[in-house]
Amino acid sequence: MEKPRIATASLAGCFGCHMSLLDIDERILKLIELVEFDKSPVDDIKNFTGRCAIGLIEGGCCNEENVHVLKDFRRNCDILVSVGECAIMGGLPALRNGIPLRECLETAYINGTGVYNPSGKIPNGEDIPLLLNKVYPCHEIVKIDYFLPGCPPPADTIWEACVALLTNKPLDLPYELIKYD
Amino acid sequence: MSKNLEQTIEKICADYGHDRTRMMDIVRAVQEKFGGVSSEAMDMIAGQTRTHRVEVEGVVSFYAFLSQEPKGNVVIRLCNDVVDQMKGVQEVAKALSAELGIGFGETSADGWFTLEWAPCIGLCDQAPAAMVNDVMVTCLSADKASEMVRALKANPNPGQLTAGYGLGDGNNAHPLVQSMVQNNVKKTGEVLLCDVPAEAGLTKALRKSPEEVIAEVEASRLRGRGGAGFSTGLKWKFTRGSKGPDKYLLCNADEGEPGTFKERVLLTERADLLFEGMTIGGYAIGAATGILYLRGEYNYLRPFLEDVLRKRRDAGLLGNDILGKAGFHFDIRIQMGAGAYICGEESSLISSCEGLRGDPKNRPPFPPQKGYLRKPTSVNNVETLCCVSRILDKGAAWFAAIGSGKSTGTKLLSISGDCKIPGVYEYPFGVKIRDLLKDVGAENTQALLIGGPSGQFIGAESFDKTICFDDLATGGAVVIFNKDRNMIHIAHQYMEFFVEESCGYCTPCRTGNVLIEKCLRKILDGQGEPEDIAYLQQLGNTVKKGSRCGLGQTSPNPALTTIKNFRAAYEAVLKPVTDGMQPTFDLKAAVSDAEALAGRHSVIH
Repeated sequence: MEKPRIATASLAGCFGCHMSLLDIDERILKLIELVEFDKSPVDDIKNFTGRCAIGLIEGGCCNEENVHVLKDFRRNCDILVSVGECAIMGGLPALRNGIPLRECLETAYINGTGVYNPSGKIPNGEDIPLLLNKVYPCHEIVKIDYFLPGCPPPADTIWEACVALLTNKPLDLPYELIKYD
Repeated sequence: MSKNLEQTIEKICADYGHDRTRMMDIVRAVQEKFGGVSSEAMDMIAGQTRTHRVEVEGVVSFYAFLSQEPKGNVVIRLCNDVVDQMKGVQEVAKALSAELGIGFGETSADGWFTLEWAPCIGLCDQAPAAMVNDVMVTCLSADKASEMVRALKANPNPGQLTAGYGLGDGNNAHPLVQSMVQNNVKKTGEVLLCDVPAEAGLTKALRKSPEEVIAEVEASRLRGRGGAGFSTGLKWKFTRGSKGPDKYLLCNADEGEPGTFKERVLLTERADLLFEGMTIGGYAIGAATGILYLRGEYNYLRPFLEDVLRKRRDAGLLGNDILGKAGFHFDIRIQMGAGAYICGEESSLISSCEGLRGDPKNRPPFPPQKGYLRKPTSVNNVETLCCVSRILDKGAAWFAAIGSGKSTGTKLLSISGDCKIPGVYEYPFGVKIRDLLKDVGAENTQALLIGGPSGQFIGAESFDKTICFDDLATGGAVVIFNKDRNMIHIAHQYMEFFVEESCGYCTPCRTGNVLIEKCLRKILDGQGEPEDIAYLQQLGNTVKKGSRCGLGQTSPNPALTTIKNFRAAYEAVLKPVTDGMQPTFDLKAAVSDAEALAGRHSVIH
């Protein structure tokens, strides 16, 4: 039987959730016995090569490219999981949500303390994705099936969740893995 | 200016004994004098009352009628309650806005006029209605509104408006009221709106011991008329039984539940009966002080009510040794509210009387143990206290024989919405909805809102039910909706009200109500999905369970009870989503700011 496929993406996140995924250490060998990685920064596959059982999403959506990728994941994955604070709530990037976009960019690139930018312009160019008016959590853009909280969720949480999904068993996380205070 | 401000504030604070528990009166007086409570003024008030500035600012920012920014000399507050919306308030709003040249929430450049929305001001039977400063203007139309503004521009004294409109009936025409408000009493019962003898209850009460008075009230099985329906006798027994010499009797006249206006009529026509009931209550629980907490919207009744109190003092019905009863001293003061629905909740009302933000308090301790100023306090509704006077006069057996089963006596209902004869009706408990609809001339009825938005929406399958504590309980609001009304739209409007009025302390209430409102908005926009029903129910139950006061414990009801009783209306517009995308996300709108900044279009939409 063909191995189920997993895809992962880091949208408006810090890659911390992916680092946490790698923290499963030697169990990653067991994981690749169970699954095959499709589109993911882990193997650098850029486009989906087939239908995936699970998509793990890190980060919320701050620009049009994030939206494009997220929708692509929704179309290609049976189960989509929001992994970590940014995917679930917008996280740190969403701190800008109370500030109008222009003000935000002008502070970052023109008026802010210590900014060195001789052009005096906000960077612009066709290769730069347009920013959204605010940072959106993933479930406000596509349907999300599961949420794994944490910043980042511990490796064991990600591991247990993936195993439970792949083996079709209920997920029973110990309290230590889902408490964050 | 600053000198004048300082002197005025010194004077106002001195009038209230530099007492910070009188903060509501102090800031109201400053607001009235200067149109707002400026930052400078707040510092001075804090200094004068020896409290922290944040305490003053907390109060000023909490209440809708108080503001830091100066408002216009004439503040027009147009009621945007659901019933007003049904009666065409939007046309009136357009006319006001056009005539004044300002939008809602704005003050005219010359500083004369401020235009604002207000939640239910207690005039649903005469909607659309507005407050012009303290003057109530009823039955507005677009033409009448334009005319009113022109009259105000010619003579910016709202008090003069009424002359052109004619006075209302009964005490609305009293020289100290002079209001165009109508009582609209459409059905009188044998307890409250019939002819009542003066002081008969108080005279008989003072012949009994306080314990006997409480026993009489208990025997009548009178339950609180404000909505919660707690036994009045029991509440008094607890308050009397609590330790401590200082006890208080508070009367809740903050009827803010959208669709309720029966207390306005009692305050106008049965003020003596109410104060008599308060005095009996004071005697029963052993209180020397009573406070009538009057909602800010009813400020127009204040001079009249103060006059009634003065006359009662002169007649020996208030003060020392009342009616010759040695040692029974009791007096009443009026505490004005300032536009906050939450203050109708008893612990918020107590906070407000103490000069604080109208935040609810944690229970226990309950007010009969520790209430106003942490002293044993009984908080009773206007209608309840009026009933008490009658019970002491006519006897518990007489009262208990009226009504049905566990619900004794009569109930005043404020009926409005889609009916021919809106107004106040006094029914014995146990009246059938079907009979009520006939009396008020309601046809083609789809739904009734029983007990206001914190109560429940019922449909035709419930028209054989009866108004009483065991069947359909209500604080008194009944709003009728005909078959042309969109129930989801109505529920959404009431959720907007709760979003506005939540005090914000409990997260489930502060955030949950916003999420419920958004989900209803989404359904109205045609983007609803079948899953939204379960989402709303789960969210609604979380808000109810996770909130500490009655507001959050009932605020999801417009959504929950329309889902329960008008599910077909929802199901008709919900469509399953098949592509896994969220229909509410609008990429075009989400990149519009960036497109404008970058001067290019998004490549992906």
